[in-house]
Amino acid sequence: MFAKTLFQKIWEQHLVRENDDGRALLYIDLHLVHEVTSPQAFEGLRLAGTKLRRPELTIATVDHNVPTTANRQLITDPIAAQQVETLRRNCRDFGVRFFDIDSAEQGIVHVIGPELGLTQPGMTIVCGDSHTSTHGAFGALAFGIGTSEVEHVMATQCLWQKKPKTMQIAVEGELPFGATAKDIVLAIIGRIGTDGATGHVIEYRGSAIRSLSMEGRMTVCNMSIEAGARAGMIAPDETTFAYLRNRRFIPKAFDKALAHWQTLHSDEGARFDSTVNIDAATLEPFVTWGTNPGQVVPISGRVPDPVMAGSDAEQQSVARALEYMDLKPGTAMEDIPIDRVFIGSCTNARIEDLRATAELVRGYRVHPRVQAMVVPGSQQVKRAAESEGLDRIFKAAGFDWRESGCSMCLGMNPDILKPGERCASTSNRNFEGRQGRGGRTHLVSPPMAAAAAITGHFTDVRKWRFKEAQPA
Amino acid sequence: MRPFREHTGIVAPLDRTNVDTDQIIPKQFLKRIERTGYGEFLFWDWRRDGDGKARPEFVLNRDEYAGASILVAGRNFGCGSSREHAAWALVDYGFRAIIAPSFADIFSTNAAINGLLLITLPDGDVQRLLSRAQKHPGYKLHVSLVTKTVSDDQGFLSSFSIDEFRRTCLLGGLDEIGLTLKHETDIAAYEAKLGQRGW
Ligand code: SF4
Repeated sequence: MFAKTLFQKIWEQHLVRENDDGRALLYIDLHLVHEVTSPQAFEGLRLAGTKLRRPELTIATVDHNVPTTANRQLITDPIAAQQVETLRRNCRDFGVRFFDIDSAEQGIVHVIGPELGLTQPGMTIVCGDSHTSTHGAFGALAFGIGTSEVEHVMATQCLWQKKPKTMQIAVEGELPFGATAKDIVLAIIGRIGTDGATGHVIEYRGSAIRSLSMEGRMTVCNMSIEAGARAGMIAPDETTFAYLRNRRFIPKAFDKALAHWQTLHSDEGARFDSTVNIDAATLEPFVTWGTNPGQVVPISGRVPDPVMAGSDAEQQSVARALEYMDLKPGTAMEDIPIDRVFIGSCTNARIEDLRATAELVRGYRVHPRVQAMVVPGSQQVKRAAESEGLDRIFKAAGFDWRESGCSMCLGMNPDILKPGERCASTSNRNFEGRQGRGGRTHLVSPPMAAAAAITGHFTDVRKWRFKEAQPA
Repeated sequence: MRPFREHTGIVAPLDRTNVDTDQIIPKQFLKRIERTGYGEFLFWDWRRDGDGKARPEFVLNRDEYAGASILVAGRNFGCGSSREHAAWALVDYGFRAIIAPSFADIFSTNAAINGLLLITLPDGDVQRLLSRAQKHPGYKLHVSLVTKTVSDDQGFLSSFSIDEFRRTCLLGGLDEIGLTLKHETDIAAYEAKLGQRGW
């Protein structure tokens, strides 16, 4: 028998048929839905007079448009309110399980899937959202699709796919103090570029990946799309199984499923189309300086000079990014002052992220110029944080403690940057205008965002002086 | 889906790399529940300033490129979010084909499903087309999906390759859901097998 990659195993297990032209019809195990990319798909079903083939395999929530302020029901923008109401009605009409705004399990779709145990090893998972790659952290084949494909999955529970190539990214060694999962993935994107993995499914391997928690693995897989990958995945192991045990939607015959999950890893000698090796020991905390996630340097670095970039096109794109970001070549990253801090998003708003951040801000105050907010990824994360008292640490430091949702990751709700504002953000995209027209986004890890909130400029967390908890 | 066989049209040069879907259609226009009417929001922040006034220098605001139906751009076009609104906006605006050295994966699928032909050409060819379209506004290209070629009347001729499944769908204007439903027995058989898995 040939040695197979993890990807190959899952692919083959989901083949409904293969055409002569190389297209495969794949069966989809789990379909996640949110309000932004689904209305036209439901409408398509209505027009065709059909239903969902397997409504029980689709799960919906609202995350992009929801307010993160205390009165969550109050969506002031009538068009956004209509979009949320449309999903509510569609779920009712088509019999789809829906975690509404007032649900104790509402949250960003990529946070609640794993949290509820919906996301499981070996599954095919899709969602009308590019960061579906997050779920690959469990050893699932998970990828984003457009609205027409959302409709396709609803109608047929299948998707046509061309077989992607495979790339292994091996991160070996011990992660130095101050470097996080976010820094691993920023380093990867910086190395291979925003289209370095186009057409590929990445498998992250190596001791540094193995030693990450599930939260950290999700952070890495989440940003696979920022490297252009179709999906990112990590073979399930004891960390994965321990995380899943006792979650709400795991298989009833857990041990049987577990026996299958344990077979899901790349076999010894399995071949990948390409390989990237990263030495974890060389990693540092990273900060993006430009308008795509590949434009990144270590915190000890400086804003690059366009003339140092390769081709004419590259030079132009660096110059353009610097103009948009209002940065001068040669400026030390640590000297860049910021106005806003956003700790949130499906990349970095899980409990572990909030713990690491709270530990750092304990006993400090947010810089007077800076407005900082923490937006937990889900209601479950929020409750867990509150039960540990993290909210009190944040509030005492002057952070705004919010309700769960996508929030300022893309600012479809009222949480946006004003033109010209500079933000240290734990999200995944620093595109022009992403967090608000004219806003300037720098992507960082949660501890780096928190440190910047306190000092008012990017700060190397490796030099941070942590304060002890005061006895109550 | 509108079929694509042959098309001749004015070329708009967009000399930028990594054009992401947030630029193609910004988030504030994703709240609508319709599938149509996104053309006027295409490249909103590049076409308009903070007050909504047209920026005269942006290529799509220049009279010479009015009615352009072929867009030529830098590599990794369509990266970022999965929003199909990006493809809808380009089609609604009037684009029928986009030529670039490379495209992002999800965008490629979205485009194809909406009858928008994406043509991958080598960097050098793309540079040549960009500079021709910049120097000679009104410059036209002829695109044939039948012969898989791009040509102009000044001797430019380049052929491209495209996935056969996509090509068949585009040529015939085929709807994927319809295609899939022909394989209902295969799907049912797969589901029956799933049911025996034991968890
Ligand atoms: S948090 Fe940001 S990246 Fe994640 S699903 Fe929401 S909008 Fe998309």
